[in-house]
Amino acid sequence: MIQIRPLFARATLAAALVVGTVSAAEAETIFHRGNGSEPETLDPGLSTGVPEHHIQMDVFEGLVAPGPDSEPIPGVAESWEIGDDGLTYVFHLRENAKWSDGSPVTAEDFVYAWRRLVNPETAADYAYFLWPVRNGKAISEGNAEPEELGVEARDEKTFVVTLEAPAPYFIDMLTHHSTYPVPKAVVEEFGNEWTRPGNIVSNGAFRITEWVPQSHIKAVRNEHFHAADEVKLDAVVYYPTEDREAELRRFRAGELDYTYDVPAQQIPWIQQNMPDQFRNTPYLGTYFYAFNVTAEPFKDNPALRKALALAIDRDILTEKVTQGGEIPAYGWVPPGMEGYQQQQLEWASWTQEQRNEEAKKLFAEAGYGPDNPLTVEILYNTDDNHRKIAIAVAGMWKQVLGDVNATLRNEEWKVYLETRDQLQFQVVRAGWIGDYRDPYTFLSYLRSDIGEQNPSGYKNADYDRLNDESTVETDAEKRMAIMAEAERILLADLPIMPIYFYSQQHMVADHVKGWEPNIMDYHPSRFITVER
Amino acid sequence: MLQQDASAAHPNQPIPGGGAPVVKGRSLWADAWRRLFRNRAAVASMVILGLIVLVCVAGPWFVPYEVDEIFWDAFTAPPSEAHWFGTDANGRDLFIRVLYGGRISLMVGLVATLVSLVIGVTYGATAGYFGGRIDDVMMRVVDMLYSLPFMFFVILLMVFFGRNIVLIFVAIGAVEWLDMARIVRGQTLSLKRKEFIEAAHAGGVSAFNIIRRHIIPNTLGPVVVYMTLTVPKVILLESFLSFLGLGVQEPMTSWGVLISDGATNLEVASWMLIFPAVFLALTLFCLNFIGDGIRDALDPRDR
Amino acid sequence: MLSYAIRRLLGAIPTLFLIITIAFFMVRLAPGGPFDSERRLPAEIEANLRAKYNLDDPLVVQYLHYLGDVVRGDFGPSFKYKDFSVNDLIWQGFAISAQIGGLAIAGALILGLAFGTLAALRQNSAADYGVMAAAMTGITIPNFVMAPLLTLVLGIYLGLLPVGGWGQVRHMVLPVVALGLPQIAYVSRMTRASMIEVLRSNYIRTARAKGLPERITILRHAMRAAILPVVSYLGPAAAGIITGSVVIEQIFGIPGVGRHFVQGALNRDYTLVLGVVVFYGALIILFNLIVDLLYGMLDPRVRYD
Repeated sequence: MIQIRPLFARATLAAALVVGTVSAAEAETIFHRGNGSEPETLDPGLSTGVPEHHIQMDVFEGLVAPGPDSEPIPGVAESWEIGDDGLTYVFHLRENAKWSDGSPVTAEDFVYAWRRLVNPETAADYAYFLWPVRNGKAISEGNAEPEELGVEARDEKTFVVTLEAPAPYFIDMLTHHSTYPVPKAVVEEFGNEWTRPGNIVSNGAFRITEWVPQSHIKAVRNEHFHAADEVKLDAVVYYPTEDREAELRRFRAGELDYTYDVPAQQIPWIQQNMPDQFRNTPYLGTYFYAFNVTAEPFKDNPALRKALALAIDRDILTEKVTQGGEIPAYGWVPPGMEGYQQQQLEWASWTQEQRNEEAKKLFAEAGYGPDNPLTVEILYNTDDNHRKIAIAVAGMWKQVLGDVNATLRNEEWKVYLETRDQLQFQVVRAGWIGDYRDPYTFLSYLRSDIGEQNPSGYKNADYDRLNDESTVETDAEKRMAIMAEAERILLADLPIMPIYFYSQQHMVADHVKGWEPNIMDYHPSRFITVER
Repeated sequence: MLQQDASAAHPNQPIPGGGAPVVKGRSLWADAWRRLFRNRAAVASMVILGLIVLVCVAGPWFVPYEVDEIFWDAFTAPPSEAHWFGTDANGRDLFIRVLYGGRISLMVGLVATLVSLVIGVTYGATAGYFGGRIDDVMMRVVDMLYSLPFMFFVILLMVFFGRNIVLIFVAIGAVEWLDMARIVRGQTLSLKRKEFIEAAHAGGVSAFNIIRRHIIPNTLGPVVVYMTLTVPKVILLESFLSFLGLGVQEPMTSWGVLISDGATNLEVASWMLIFPAVFLALTLFCLNFIGDGIRDALDPRDR
Repeated sequence: MLSYAIRRLLGAIPTLFLIITIAFFMVRLAPGGPFDSERRLPAEIEANLRAKYNLDDPLVVQYLHYLGDVVRGDFGPSFKYKDFSVNDLIWQGFAISAQIGGLAIAGALILGLAFGTLAALRQNSAADYGVMAAAMTGITIPNFVMAPLLTLVLGIYLGLLPVGGWGQVRHMVLPVVALGLPQIAYVSRMTRASMIEVLRSNYIRTARAKGLPERITILRHAMRAAILPVVSYLGPAAAGIITGSVVIEQIFGIPGVGRHFVQGALNRDYTLVLGVVVFYGALIILFNLIVDLLYGMLDPRVRYD
């Protein structure tokens, strides 16, 4: 154990430094931000989680950036043109786009970052984000060289992308962290330590100066950022706040200005005691239960699936159990998709009594009753909310249908995912959050042919075909109609049972200004001010 | 561990003299009983604990609710006539849940302690009786196991292989037997030089029977003391696992699960913490007092 | 004594080997993998990841690799926190856990010895009953109940102390108190019992009889003998502190080793979990050795052969 001594010294030094800076910094405008879990990595090419994305949105900037309301605004690219075939994108980068060390951000930086993302050696989870780009998929499968990726630096400030097929949602995708540029020289010099304070060079509104894992990350204003004079904060500190109760306590004690989340059971208390600081906005996601349609009892049994879907009272679930202003869901694609006609189950407008009647009828038709009770197990991952919903759903089935013996099984996240992937369940709790603001991010989730996701084992050739058609249709209106048709097929088959559309809760302190609610839940710190 | 020999040489063990330990032992035990019953704290504890056990075991038969029954119009309701302890965040009656939780917690405490008792006593008595190389090797193994960060292994077990109540028994029992083995071994070492053991040995009684008939019964005193102190430890351990979200599976519950639920609802629904916490604390109090009482009773020096 | 210490350390090698082996296979045979996530990875990408972390080799080969790395003092890269090595995380975390744990133990010793002695000297007085009742309460209230109560009252209602985070001295107060309370209770109970016994022994009676001041009798003579069971309790106490810190670090958001361990286990961060288990195994061995040596120094009857 030879390495022990120097490392120990470094750790204590880091702790000492932290003590010094925190107390010296009181005079500055600092935004203390609860940020969910500890980031896995700050490398935009390698990270996968939402907490990382929030930091990277502040610290890096892609071709397109999310505005205060999450609508894409020009980022490093000040303008772009799309070819008539929908395949060629030409991005013109701003002259004053700079890295935090003062060097310019060039088209070459994007070429490097994108090739790196799809390079199998990088082993990036999000490599598939660039599969719409020419040769993207082939490269990450090892069938082509990274140099063959359809990207090109036409000159220092012109970046050209060629797609495999038209992808109308491509610009929206560019706010995603996997497409951000990375500083080639720094990455090559420091390897996987390039994101550490002291090493990291970035091109966003803030730059990282401290990182103590499981404690905090501090980023200060980047003077080289092209809009640095519009950034009002001197620094942002991100805290890992996995324990929502603890996060709320820290907010109440004034240690946090903003929370990542709010514990559901505290919402009534908060609404009574600190309603002004409570924010609750719809979020682009659907919470649902998936039936395993590859096995008994749900295989080829749409009547049973429908009976169970009918028998749960979504109003009670959202009002009494989750209590967070969630919207009861009777469709798959959440509201808030521009130009998309939201689809609904035909019984969405019925009363719960009508639904219960129909549910009983279908349940009996499916052959269940006192002589043949239904035994069903609900799988969920360990979490207070999921647990409460599962308890309530099991209770509702038992109450409405009578002869249901519902048991619960909770598994810890990673085990749950494996069980789910192997279809070793009957009913599973799941949720899906859109990657970008287009129905396709939801519809493609339940395709049978892309070998990923799709928790229920659902397979319908028509559904897959309509999905394919939607990716090549360039007429926006027709495309939306195709996707609506796909959703109707899905809702008729009912391999999944929608429960509610997410809403996202935050505590935002009174002195925080410039925070705008939006469906993507993007809140870049560059638009936020703290007026104490 | 060097101090072990010191405690093994404890002067005041139940030391039966001749070949009929049962007769001699009875007077000693009777003596201990008498002292125990003069200890007011211990007697009060036994009464309270008895009541708690009775209520948890028999109570659910008299409560008209199911443990997983949801009252749709009473979510997080404070104590009332219908729900003596109020309801939880899922609208379930807390009284019945505290009773069911008590069954589980008490059972975990009892079964895990028994597991550790069986392993520890057998292991310790064997090592101590055979002595020499066998003892050396067996105690080396115990020393090695002592250095394992056991709690971490228990957490890993729970995280990786799911929340299975049997697994909780086994895992906790496996952690707790080490102390038991050491105590019993120390006792055995001092016992086996006694005449009645040697007499049995000379009389041709097999090693297995000597351990079973003569050694183990004579180590019971300290073992009983240790047991009463292990049960509360195990109950606490289970509640600790529950706090980390690794406890028993819904809709079943335990005091640990109820308390960790209640702790998060402290300000909104204090009854969700108070009732299970009072039951748990009372039980632990009683067990500790009883343990102390038995120890003092077996150890006549007045403490 | 030195040779005894060296022999004990050499004897720890098979124990460490056992720890590594059990932990390695337990972690690997567990269901769930480090690359499972909500957005399931395309097969090609998962293959790339597995290749990068040598997960494609047979398990035995991986095991031997790992043993070799550990012998060199290298716990490898963290699977989950990709910008850090396990060594970085453990040492950063340990610097913090050791502060909290060390303070909690030190506080428990000082206060526990003081309360215990006080109770013993005034046996069966109100002070005695008070201390013992408080100690019993300390033992029976789990620290995951105590910690939120403390934060609520001292942190939020009274606003005296921060309720989470790490960096300044005031951040340490609540976690140290929550962690140390049960230990204070155990130590004072133990001290009381052994002190009462010691006070009845002949040499104390002699010391008193020859007119030695009570203070010197207690502090110099009685304490030295009465402290012995407390010293041997320090081994289990350290283990208890380590376990307790898992909960405390979680509640207070402290970046210590316990937190890394729980996160690592949940995330299937193989290398991080293994690293923490092996590190703490080594630490417990070392601590037990120190306790035994200390015991020998205090108790003249013990000889190292």
